[in-house]
Amino acid sequence: MTDPSARRRISDRILTGLAWFCAFITVAVLAWILIYMIIKGAGHINWAFLTNVYKPVRDLYGIYPMIISTLMIIAVTVVIATPIGICSAIYLVEYSKPGRLVNTIRFATETLAGIPSIIYGLFGLVFFVIALHLKYSILSGSLTLSIMVLPTVIRSTEEALKSVPASYREGSLALGATKLKTVSRVVLPSAIPGILTAVILSIGRIVGETAAVYLTAGYVPNVPSSIMRSGRTLSVHLYTLAKEGISFDQAYATATILVVIVAIINFIATRLARRLSRATTGG
Amino acid sequence: MISNKGRKLMERIIETIFLVCAALSILSVIVITIYVFAKGSPAIFKVGAANFLFGTVWQPEANQYGILPMIISSVLGTIGAVIIGVFIGLFTAIFLAELAPKKLAGIIRPAVELLAGIPSVVFGFFGLMVLVPIISEYFGGAGNSLLAVIIILSVMILPTVISMSETSIRAVPSTIKEGSLALGASHIQTIFKVILPAAKSGIMASIVLGTGRAIGETMAVILVSGNTALIPHAITDKVRTMTANIALEMGYANGLHQETLFATGVILFIFIMLLNITLNILLRRRDGEAA
Repeated sequence: MTDPSARRRISDRILTGLAWFCAFITVAVLAWILIYMIIKGAGHINWAFLTNVYKPVRDLYGIYPMIISTLMIIAVTVVIATPIGICSAIYLVEYSKPGRLVNTIRFATETLAGIPSIIYGLFGLVFFVIALHLKYSILSGSLTLSIMVLPTVIRSTEEALKSVPASYREGSLALGATKLKTVSRVVLPSAIPGILTAVILSIGRIVGETAAVYLTAGYVPNVPSSIMRSGRTLSVHLYTLAKEGISFDQAYATATILVVIVAIINFIATRLARRLSRATTGG
Repeated sequence: MISNKGRKLMERIIETIFLVCAALSILSVIVITIYVFAKGSPAIFKVGAANFLFGTVWQPEANQYGILPMIISSVLGTIGAVIIGVFIGLFTAIFLAELAPKKLAGIIRPAVELLAGIPSVVFGFFGLMVLVPIISEYFGGAGNSLLAVIIILSVMILPTVISMSETSIRAVPSTIKEGSLALGASHIQTIFKVILPAAKSGIMASIVLGTGRAIGETMAVILVSGNTALIPHAITDKVRTMTANIALEMGYANGLHQETLFATGVILFIFIMLLNITLNILLRRRDGEAA
């Protein structure tokens, strides 16, 4: 009689222990990566590193050009992808009727989300760089990344729109506003925190992307004079430093900066998401 | 009257703009598929499908374009990563959804999100500087190896597996759980015998999604794999994945060599498409279960 229940208690204990252990491993790996990078990298970050150009022949190893290239790619990608993403989400949530078209759109966005970045890189290379003659440039990179982050923008905006209570829409329509007025004056403003979250999440993806940018924006370590020029982002810079074994100190410093940027982005996104959920559940 | 008509027209126009934006996703998928296949498939025929897929020698300078070593390395690396990543990820998801004290879950969940945000090149660099020397010391060899690929990829797919599995576990109706507890089952028994089977489709979907991430990962893999285009015979052998093959040689390849890199992309794309279709079936089944 006591035997099966004793065995059950033991297996319960083991499984509980395993769950605690695995959760611990997950957090420990993250902590290890963060702490390791910061300890190894923080000492090499200084004003000169952040503001110098990258000219190894003149003994200058700054990442200023990479910071500018990264910011340019972020700006152009956000400008392209955000309006398209928001309009898609508005169509899906506010206008579409269930049917084959909507299913196809959903299948397409899911497919886009599943395509690996190296394939985006290949596509960007043949399509934007070669076929459209945009060459290796910030613009080619941004166009490629725009398609890549589109699913993120659409999904988060959709969620934000869905969380706007139906009573807001009904109230607006009852007051005689048109559908478009209702969407632009009532629904969109209430969804702004969610849309901001979408933008911030896509910035995180852009900052972290390497393969797709490497094949479309190139890796020239200069400040791009326009978006038609090639530029090297921070991630591509880290890849080059590590792959060619140029300088591990600079690589640690660059990795630290990347990790800190990502942590800040994550923090802001979580904050916004929390405010969004409070706003919709609280009132 | 006229202004009313004008406004109606305006509404129609803007609605159409919204529709066009939404349709851009479909267009993108079509254009991407066409371009990758158009650029990649001719090389498969030039080299010969059998020679390309089952050839074991990759020596562009000698006109030898066999990608079997890369296919095997990609598949082995992915399988290994999925086994480890799903084990740890699923238990972590169970912990978060069912066992963790609220405060602790409030710390772990953001940590998982942050792990998802860390750039793949940082994972690769960490692998290169920390993991590779450890492997070299304890398992022998250079350290750049299939094992390093498996470990790095398993960490990288953790967030995907954890967050999607946790969502599916949470979506299981509490009545099912309460029924099991009321019949005298322990909490752990309920989790493993009742809740997990009920969340099966969602968990399977998280595994498929993780598989896709692992097989498509490039930069992290390049930094730790050693990039030797040979079929691995031991877990400590250097390997080169399909993704690495593309990224490493795209910079200087031209002619048939470049076309074969696109062809490698085609094979990778086919793998991803099969995973995507599986994922869609699973998600539909999951949503069916929820409804």
